[in-house]
Amino acid sequence: MADRFRRWLAVWRRNALVWRKSAKTALLGGFAEPVFYLMALGYGLGSFIGQVQGLSYIGFLTAGILSTSAMNSATFEGLYLAYTRMEVLKTWDAMLAAPLSVADVVIGEVLWMGTKSVISAGLILAVAWGFGLAQGWLALAVLPVVFLTGICFGSMALVFMSFARSYDFFVYYISLGVTPLVLLSGVFFPLEALPEPVRFVTAWLPLQPVVQVIRPLVGNAWDWHMLQLLAIPAGYAAASLLIAIRRFERRLVQ
Amino acid sequence: MSTSSPPIVSAVRLRKCYGSQRVVDDISFNIERGEFCGMLGPNGAGKTTTLRMLVGNTPNSGGELTVLGRPIPADARAMRARIGIVPQADNLDPDFTVVENLRVYGRYFGLGRRAIDQRIPELLKLAALDDRAGFRINQLSGGMKRRLSIARALINRPELLILDEPTTGLDPQIRQNIWHLLRQLQQDGLTLILTTHYMDEAERLCGRIILMDHGRILADQTPQSLVRDHIEPHVLEVHGESVNAWRAAHPLNGPIRCEQLADTWYYYGANLEHLVKSLDGWNGLRYSYRAANLEDVFLKLTGRELRDG
Repeated sequence: MADRFRRWLAVWRRNALVWRKSAKTALLGGFAEPVFYLMALGYGLGSFIGQVQGLSYIGFLTAGILSTSAMNSATFEGLYLAYTRMEVLKTWDAMLAAPLSVADVVIGEVLWMGTKSVISAGLILAVAWGFGLAQGWLALAVLPVVFLTGICFGSMALVFMSFARSYDFFVYYISLGVTPLVLLSGVFFPLEALPEPVRFVTAWLPLQPVVQVIRPLVGNAWDWHMLQLLAIPAGYAAASLLIAIRRFERRLVQ
Repeated sequence: MSTSSPPIVSAVRLRKCYGSQRVVDDISFNIERGEFCGMLGPNGAGKTTTLRMLVGNTPNSGGELTVLGRPIPADARAMRARIGIVPQADNLDPDFTVVENLRVYGRYFGLGRRAIDQRIPELLKLAALDDRAGFRINQLSGGMKRRLSIARALINRPELLILDEPTTGLDPQIRQNIWHLLRQLQQDGLTLILTTHYMDEAERLCGRIILMDHGRILADQTPQSLVRDHIEPHVLEVHGESVNAWRAAHPLNGPIRCEQLADTWYYYGANLEHLVKSLDGWNGLRYSYRAANLEDVFLKLTGRELRDG
């Protein structure tokens, strides 16, 4: 197991080193944009809305922005950047010429995607903390939750990416998958505003449970029921990871 | 070549099928320690597929394969810790410097920081990149990138180095430079396998040629014996606008074999002197009279039709 972990870490460290070299611009995309949304929508729109579920609107929105930012950074990494490494730079070929297996490469990549989610959501959390939108030590528990979120959405993006023949293909995933998911998962408004059948479906998709867990955590509240909710993204993560490994074994080692 | 030590590569009736197509069709060969073996063949002959099977990046459909004593593909990952692979197209990390490329690659082999830092100066020296250590990849010339790819493949002190078309697309000086590096590696005791489209490259470097076509091995011997066994000793190539008139005026006699490839006529035989003399006085003819080489053998054994794709 230690040997296996060392191999995953070698893949992880390669991506971490690339990220470090362009950290300034990378941060701008993963951090500045969601903070602008949080501030503009939270204070601007919030001034018309008043309280939502006992929270100020910006307080309500904080959990949604944290969750979507975790999802987006892992998704972007799993689609565009991983595809670039596989198909354009042939980084994966170089790894597979070394004593690494396809599973090692995929798991190392997914661990990195979880890390990317922690970085972008972590910075937003720090800003939210500064503005008093997150409080208490329990808010730090958001970090392992967004790590799981990154693992989950990173693996899902990789499964989709494994079918890709060009970058254009990813528009389907973003437009038909990610965007509706964000709009229907209780990010911008409470789920009660949605019709019952829609709520039933999104409760079984991985973003909504993440938002439902992060929202109380940001406010320093704990409930054992949260672990039950996290079983959904964990299940998606495990299933997607296995499928992604199989898919890339077929695509790369044939 | 020692007969007592087990072969580096042993392939017995190795086969690879994609659907009903047999890309590699029951080939058997051994490669011994210290050999420099070239795999030649036209596009689609099965060379690259054979290499991919050798390193465990493609499972074989039939036959048995061991590399460094390990069954492939079952133990491929562990075996790859002891070999080096230089890919056809450079896949260096463009975001990294020369040293970072070596360091990151060394980590894929599970090498510790100290082992890597010790190895890097040796590799930079070998690849003559000492003064480029901190350069980014896009600041390197094509030849430097190739040398770095070779150096990178040596990070783990491999027992076998596999190179897929190592000098394709490089200019003549750089090819000479790469050849020099590869010969040096063989002298240091490394076993090397390469594929190439360049006959001069194979003739210069390889002590042994495996000539493949349609997934089968057509010949497996030294370059010298290939030329001796498969082709007449001399070749005359003739082309030019009056070639047909010349041919009509000088019908062939004696044991001379004649073939046409595109606009050029090739004559093969032990004695072509009279044919060469008959070219005197013909304007608009260009010719070359020379000893037969590996390229002639290649064209004879694999046919002259154009292979695309």
